[in-house]
Order: sequence, then C-alpha cells, then structure tokens
Amino acid sequence: MTRQPMIDEWYPVGLVSKLSTTGQDTMLMGQPVHVALGNGGEPLVTAQSRRFPVISRFGHVWTSLGEPKKDLFAIPEAYQPGRRFVDVGVVRVRCSPLRAVENFLDIAHFPFVHTDILGAEPHTEVQRYEVEIREREDEVWATKIHFYQPQAAKSAEGGITTEYMYRVPAPTCSILYKTCPPRPGEWDVITLFVQPLGEELCDVWPWMALFDDTTPMVDLIHFQQLIFLQDRSILENQMPRLLPLDPAMEIPTRADMTSVAYRRWLKRHNYTYGAQLVAQ
Amino acid sequence: MKLYDYVLSPSCYKIRLLAALVGVELTLRPVDFHPGGEHRGPELLALNPAGAIPILEDDDVLLTESSAMLVYIASRAAPEWLGDGSAREGARIQQWLSFSHRLTATLGSARLHEMLLRPGDIRGLQSAGKQALRELEAALTEQRLSDVEFLVCDHPTIADIACFPYVALAPDGGISLEPYPSIRLWQRAIRALQHFIEMPGIHRLHELRPAPVRPEQGA
Ligand SMILES: N[C@H](CCC(=O)N[C@@H](CS)C(=O)NCC(=O)O)C(=O)O
Ligand SMILES: [Fe+2]
Repeated sequence: MTRQPMIDEWYPVGLVSKLSTTGQDTMLMGQPVHVALGNGGEPLVTAQSRRFPVISRFGHVWTSLGEPKKDLFAIPEAYQPGRRFVDVGVVRVRCSPLRAVENFLDIAHFPFVHTDILGAEPHTEVQRYEVEIREREDEVWATKIHFYQPQAAKSAEGGITTEYMYRVPAPTCSILYKTCPPRPGEWDVITLFVQPLGEELCDVWPWMALFDDTTPMVDLIHFQQLIFLQDRSILENQMPRLLPLDPAMEIPTRADMTSVAYRRWLKRHNYTYGAQLVAQ
Repeated sequence: MKLYDYVLSPSCYKIRLLAALVGVELTLRPVDFHPGGEHRGPELLALNPAGAIPILEDDDVLLTESSAMLVYIASRAAPEWLGDGSAREGARIQQWLSFSHRLTATLGSARLHEMLLRPGDIRGLQSAGKQALRELEAALTEQRLSDVEFLVCDHPTIADIACFPYVALAPDGGISLEPYPSIRLWQRAIRALQHFIEMPGIHRLHELRPAPVRPEQGA
C-alpha cells in the first residue's frame, strides 16, 4: 500500500481554550490520540509512547501523524487589529471529512438549506464567478462570488448582496471570506477546520475572526452553530458517504465549479482519505 | 417572560414552539451551552441547581422543568392546549409529559453523544430510545384508528409539544424514524400547524411535497 499523503498534513484536535491537564481522548485518521495541557502550559498530543508535533493557532490545537512538509497555512487577515475570534466549538458529523469541506464550498445550497438566512427563494441563481488552483500557494481559490442573502451575518440588518471568496489551503480545511456588514471594504473570516476521525466520521471545528463590536459572543456562536447544524443533517444523509473522485462522475455546472476544482486538486495530490476512486 | 435558551436545545425549542403557536412573546437570553458550558456556571446554577436549561422567569415565577413551562404558558394564554378539563384528558396529558422525560434521557442523550461528544453508553441509549419510539408509535397508531391526529385528542395539546422535538431529532442521535409511519404522520400534522417555527434539523412543511401514503391504505 502506498503512503497516504494526508498523513503529513496538520489537523485540528481541540480548542486551546478548553485544554486541561487531564486531557481528552480523541481520534485522528483512525489513530487514538490524547490531547492535554503539559506542565509548562504547552499542548501535548500523544499516543502511548509517541508524541506528535503540535501547533497552537486560530484558537485550536493542531497536530500531524506524519512528517509535515510545511507549516500550517496562514490567515494574515485574521491578525488585523480589531477582530474578534469566535471558538464555535466541535460538532461531530457522520460523513467523510472531504464531504464536509465540499459542502462548505457550495453556495448553491444556501436558499434551500439555510432558508431566509444565507439564501432565499427566488434568489437561487449563482452568478458566474472565478475558480482557480493557485500553483504557487498550492491552494484552491474561488473569487468574485455574489449572492443575495436575507441575513448574511448576525450583524446584518435586512437582505444584502454579499461577496464571497473561498480558499482551500489544506485537504480538510476551508476559509471563507465574506463582505463584512459593519465594515465595508474588509472581509469577515469564517473557517471550517475538519478533524478526520475516520474516513466516514469527522469532528468539525468552525472558527471565525470577525469585525463586529456589538453582537454578544454567545450570539455569534449560536448563529454559526445554527447554520452548521442545518448542514449536518444534509451531510449525514449524503450517498455515497465517501467523496467520489472519479472524473467521469463529475457533471460540472456553474454552481459546483469550486467543488470540481477541489476534487481535481485532491486527486492531483492523492489526498484520498475519505474519498472513493472508482465509481461504485 | 424570559427564557434562558439555546438554539440547539430541543427542550428550549419546546418552549419557543408553544409560545409561537399560541402567540406568547418571549425574551430570549442565549446561554453558551456549547462549548462554554454556561449552564453549569454560578449564575445559572443559582437559578437551576440541576445545571440544565431551559429556565423560564416571569415576575416571581421561576421554572426549571420544560413540562411545567408548557403548563404555565398554556394556562396563561391558550387553555385549550391543556385538554378539555376532564379527568381523562388531563391525566393523559400528564402521562405524556412524564413520558417525554424518557425521550430526553434516551434520544436526547444519544444526540448529545453523537453530535457534541458527550460521554455515554451510545448503544444502550439508542436501544432505550427505540423502545420509547415503539411505544409512541403504538399509541399514535391507536389514535389514528379513531381518526385522531394528535396524542390526546383531535387537536394538539402540550403533550404533543413535549414529545415532538426529541422524536423529530432522533436521527441526530443515529436513530432512524423510517420504521415509524404513525410518528411521521403525527410530525407532519405538527409541522403543518399555523405559526409553527423551525429549529436546525426540524423543517417547516413544504406544501409541495405530497403526504406519505397511510400504511393501512396501501397494498
Ligand atoms: N429540566 C429538564 C431538562 C432538559 C434538558 O435535559 N436540557 C438539556 C439541554 S437540551 C440540558 O440542559 N442538559 C444539561 C447538560 O447536558 O449538561 C427539562 O426542562 O425538560
Ligand atoms: Fe450550509
């Protein structure tokens, strides 16, 4: 068997703010791991005698089972002064980690799944936008996405046309930049960090870095949990459970151009943990 | 009335749902249940030492049991939701209110385990939850044989509201509702009520979708 390159990637395994010395048992790609706070206040990710590399970033503890070839991706915008960081908290989903990311990238589902919040009928059309695999960064980017939203954010008052950009810097992580109602010209940062427990089971850790000085933290958390729980019931019912990577099965429409690019990028890197290669 | 509330809590949704159906206005006080665990912090423990939500405050009334809140709201605003006042209907409503706590303890705990990583014996919770669903299915089938859509009488009561949320969200805990046709029809009847509100995982009724065939009419 060839080595799965996803082994060398970084994955979220917990919230930095929730670390404890007793720690927490969890799983990463089938490998049981323990996440705890060390004596010096540093996060420890271990399994019996093994100790895994650790990064604390974007509110989460990140680790890797293999030998990461590069640092965890950066989100420079997240460090602009004045942003509030929102630890939304973990939600477990019985689906492929790749499907969780793919669903996050798909704008076309907004009016049907997040009715009257992120989308509404009859505004179901997704206008043409741009998708590319940026070779230098080795990331998938979708830009110039415009969409009508009844309540784009907790801070939005009434419907607005929102602009979106999506970015996939790692196989199970995606970052969404969207128009920021209280601060025109800046982008709100909304992420989906997915911890693959197994090929058909994942823990999803949404996180946000927002310009919003007025909404109470608990309301920001609940807004995002509400949205994500609407996705969860869809994700748990998708068939097949694994993400098909067979190009013959793809029907490229304008709405899922990002999904096509994402699948192509996964395939190119052989990122197939949670994927299905042959049509079944 | 002030409700200490969490968007993803089926117990809190019971209160929001009844209030919406009977037109009572609630002031919501969101509680950081997850990931914050605010319901176990000093401020909320002082109100409910059991460390649970919902909590309802209205002047000098403080309630920490959802069933009591349903009784309170219905008594204040919509007494028809308490049955016809007969011994029979009153007692049957109480029977279902008590039963609803079994749903919380089984289906609700399975859901917290599967969704928010709460520790628990998931197989045991799921099988106890299915047992409760079978009992509910039997009772609802019985009702339908006398052409009654709801649990206690021919209109909805707080018994239906107490049982509906955890049942509707059973799939979140890995329990399919496929085997329970009477439960599915009963859920449709509730979702079709005027002023019904949603929560994640429980959708409004889309009128275009045809009603499922009643099983006894098939084949
Ligand atoms: N007192 C019960 C409690 C309902 C219940 O179990 N609520 C959950 C949230 S949906 C809770 O607060 N659980 C406390 C916990 O799990 O820590 C009621 O009002 O029906
Ligand atoms: Fe969604």
